[in-house]
Amino acid sequence: MPDKPTRHAKPIPVPPVAASAREPTLPLRINGKAFFHNGDPEMPLLWYLRDVLRLTGTKFGCGVGYCGACTVLVDGKAQRACLTPVKTLSGHEVTTIEGLSGNADLHPLQQAWIEEDVAQCGYCQAGQIMAAADLLHSNPHPSDEDISKIPNLCRCGTYPRIRNAIKRAAEAMAKK
Amino acid sequence: MKTNLSRRRFLFVSAAASGALLVGWRLGGAQNLPYLGAREEAQALGPFIRIEKDGDVIIGARATEIGQGVKTSLPMLIAEELDVDWSRVRVEQLPYGYIETDKGPSNKYGDQGAGGSDNIPSAWTELRQAGATARALLMQAAANQWDTSAQNLRTSAGQVIAPDGRKLGYGDLVEAAAALDLPKEMPALKKPEQFKIIGKPTRTVDAADIVTGRAQFGIDAYLADALIAVILRCPHLDGGVDKLDDAETRKVPGVKDVFVIPGPNPDEPIDGPLAAGVVVVAENTWAALKGREKLKIEWKPGAWESESTSALAAKANELLDKDLDAVPVRKDGEFAKAYKAAATRLEARYEMPFLAHATMEPPGALVHIENDKALLIASLQTPSRASQTISNLTGIPRKDIEIRLTRAGGGFGRRLKNDFVAEATLIAAKTKGKPVKLIWTREDDLQHDFYRPFGMHAMRAALDKKKKVIAWSHRCAATPRNYRDSGMKDRPLYIGCIEPDDFPAGLVANLDKTFFPVASGMPRGWWRGPIHTFHAFAVQSFIDEIAIGTKQDAVQLRLDLLGAPRKLKYEGEDRFDTGRLAGVLKRAADTIGWKDKRNDGHGIGIACHFTFGGYCAHAFEVSVEGKNLLIHRAVCAVDVGRPINPLGIEAQMMGGTIDGISTALNLAITVKDGQVQQHNFPDYPLMHMAQAPQSVEVHIVESTEEPSGAGEIGIPSVAPALANAIYAATTVRVRKLPMMPELLRLL
Repeated sequence: MPDKPTRHAKPIPVPPVAASAREPTLPLRINGKAFFHNGDPEMPLLWYLRDVLRLTGTKFGCGVGYCGACTVLVDGKAQRACLTPVKTLSGHEVTTIEGLSGNADLHPLQQAWIEEDVAQCGYCQAGQIMAAADLLHSNPHPSDEDISKIPNLCRCGTYPRIRNAIKRAAEAMAKK
Repeated sequence: MKTNLSRRRFLFVSAAASGALLVGWRLGGAQNLPYLGAREEAQALGPFIRIEKDGDVIIGARATEIGQGVKTSLPMLIAEELDVDWSRVRVEQLPYGYIETDKGPSNKYGDQGAGGSDNIPSAWTELRQAGATARALLMQAAANQWDTSAQNLRTSAGQVIAPDGRKLGYGDLVEAAAALDLPKEMPALKKPEQFKIIGKPTRTVDAADIVTGRAQFGIDAYLADALIAVILRCPHLDGGVDKLDDAETRKVPGVKDVFVIPGPNPDEPIDGPLAAGVVVVAENTWAALKGREKLKIEWKPGAWESESTSALAAKANELLDKDLDAVPVRKDGEFAKAYKAAATRLEARYEMPFLAHATMEPPGALVHIENDKALLIASLQTPSRASQTISNLTGIPRKDIEIRLTRAGGGFGRRLKNDFVAEATLIAAKTKGKPVKLIWTREDDLQHDFYRPFGMHAMRAALDKKKKVIAWSHRCAATPRNYRDSGMKDRPLYIGCIEPDDFPAGLVANLDKTFFPVASGMPRGWWRGPIHTFHAFAVQSFIDEIAIGTKQDAVQLRLDLLGAPRKLKYEGEDRFDTGRLAGVLKRAADTIGWKDKRNDGHGIGIACHFTFGGYCAHAFEVSVEGKNLLIHRAVCAVDVGRPINPLGIEAQMMGGTIDGISTALNLAITVKDGQVQQHNFPDYPLMHMAQAPQSVEVHIVESTEEPSGAGEIGIPSVAPALANAIYAATTVRVRKLPMMPELLRLL
């Protein structure tokens, strides 16, 4: 039985999901829930997430797929939401930072990010975590060189703590 | 009557006889704290503190959090003196606290801006007093209940404790405490040895919200019915809109309106929008961006069409060579005479590019104008000036302008300007009562910034036969930071480019600092550690050149210049402690192994600088392999006085170091034909993780001095230390930033 379109529940009060997200047009699965999009099928996922679903954890940084602030997972692989038209996503599962931990409180990466006190301004960190999630999924024991391949930009210069947090999360996941 | 009412209900900030700010208050009801996540039973003790019946403590964070960590460190000061368990503290962002007093506009929370690394120094006494006063009231409430004197009581972790061991939790006392009169005298503050929170490594209070995507930045603000606006701004400096064809734009589904907003009048202060442009208002961001793409505009060039970076460099050199338009900065002794007579003379010229701030979260603002009231939600650095901007543009009194503060996705000085607030206000004034959120793209951001100035530093030094520096000349030709800034109209032109009292002023008998303004249409602003990053590269590179040119040790030469520990005049006060600068220099040198010879192609370089009350030194070990610069070690020693949050200071030094490397190696804004040449990150390439050092070895000096801030302290010494290390590794002297293209040209 297909999921009914649901209203996304956020722990902080925001205006409700735009009505268009509940009209049966372009079907989308985001964080395990079904939504629809009836606007421009070329609309990038980034703006659908933010303007329509009010999932604002995915950030706008450059709009050209370079900085990685908008990184989400599509079928588990890191992808730039700013360059992904929603029309390409039917039949695919999108995971955003809000859905990364699934039913758990925190994903091991999120836990490690807190423990290493990675964030300064914090703006790029959701994208960094999503990129790291993709890395650890395909490579559970990444070397320093593997970690260095994450192309996401951090303007505050938190890279050393990002590196430490990924290693910490990899260790925690290996123990499970 | 009015006076009494405001005194009774609001915090007031008054200058004590000592000149220190005293924060006191009368009862503040819940209505004064609209954004603190209040449960009904929570009771306020002044503007910063609420205590719930169960003993949970909510502390209001007053400053704008731009990544410098003040949303954590400032509440730590309050919690320390309140004497509560930090794990029971919940921090909430306060809104902008504008109030009107008998003496004019004021702020019920004190200073809320972010600039000059000033938050910790300005809060150090004030916010501890706020905590101590609340604690005194709680103790008095307990004393009243137990019919004893408060002097007999002590507190620990959110409880008042009697000599016989009876205890009352703050949650049980807060209601009675809130009804008490303020203590007549400011309660004594804790002795440092009593600190339980100050000095303890403390994680960012918003960490959980940040990693789950819940944290709210300005760009994340949505209001029901809000429209989205984008602007296509004129790419010509001081240009305008000549012809507009918006027919195709208006056909884009979701586009609601298209109109022109004017830019600043040439030669007048830039207090509103930074550039003329065409606004597209739409139902969502995608429609707005698509509509903007379809605009057909003929631009009117401005008066700066011939401006280019190469012409600016030529002009700067000409001014320096011919000694034209000189603005004196500081003169000690007789430089010319000493220089002429000296045994050894050296000179070098250094070039600095324009820089953009490139905050990860681009500028933007959500504004709602409804009848005679306005609401602003945005990532800001100076909410006070944002409030003035809205009031100036709309005529709405400042008391009727509500400003909600969010985390900001970086600041670096960009948000000290409120041009984006002005734009959003002008747009919101046309959207018939609907809120409007203005979005800037990265292209907008890099093309329309208040850039760090461009300039040239001409350095000369003379040494006597004992190799002592006896004459120093620093002549700076630059596009003045002080440009079309109404807040700076009475300040000298050199402000923001060269600092009269900076090292080695006061340490060399014959000193000449002179400024040469270079005309330019590029808007200029403050950029993280502004004056300091701009001139420390020249000063600290040149010291290295002097050491090498006269076969002296580069660390010892600096130590000799600094001499015995003492305080030198800096901006009129005895502020610059030569001993503390020497201290961080020695610490960095010892850590990197300055005296250990490298013969594997590696080189080490060092530099130090005094910035906004803090002392920092950097040392790098590098090698150049092919076209790659490898940074093997990055060491940062810092003295910011008593460390409030060592984990936060370490973060700022690590971040400052990496920002410094990233900027020094590759970043420049250039101008050609009166237009900025860079568009997005591919041509303004911030450093990736792969290029960054794997770790930054941060050493924090234990100190009992008054604390300074940390946000800007860790960057000015980076670029010169890196250039000095590159020289040590390659014997190639890089005198022009950014370094990488110049190094590859010279190699």
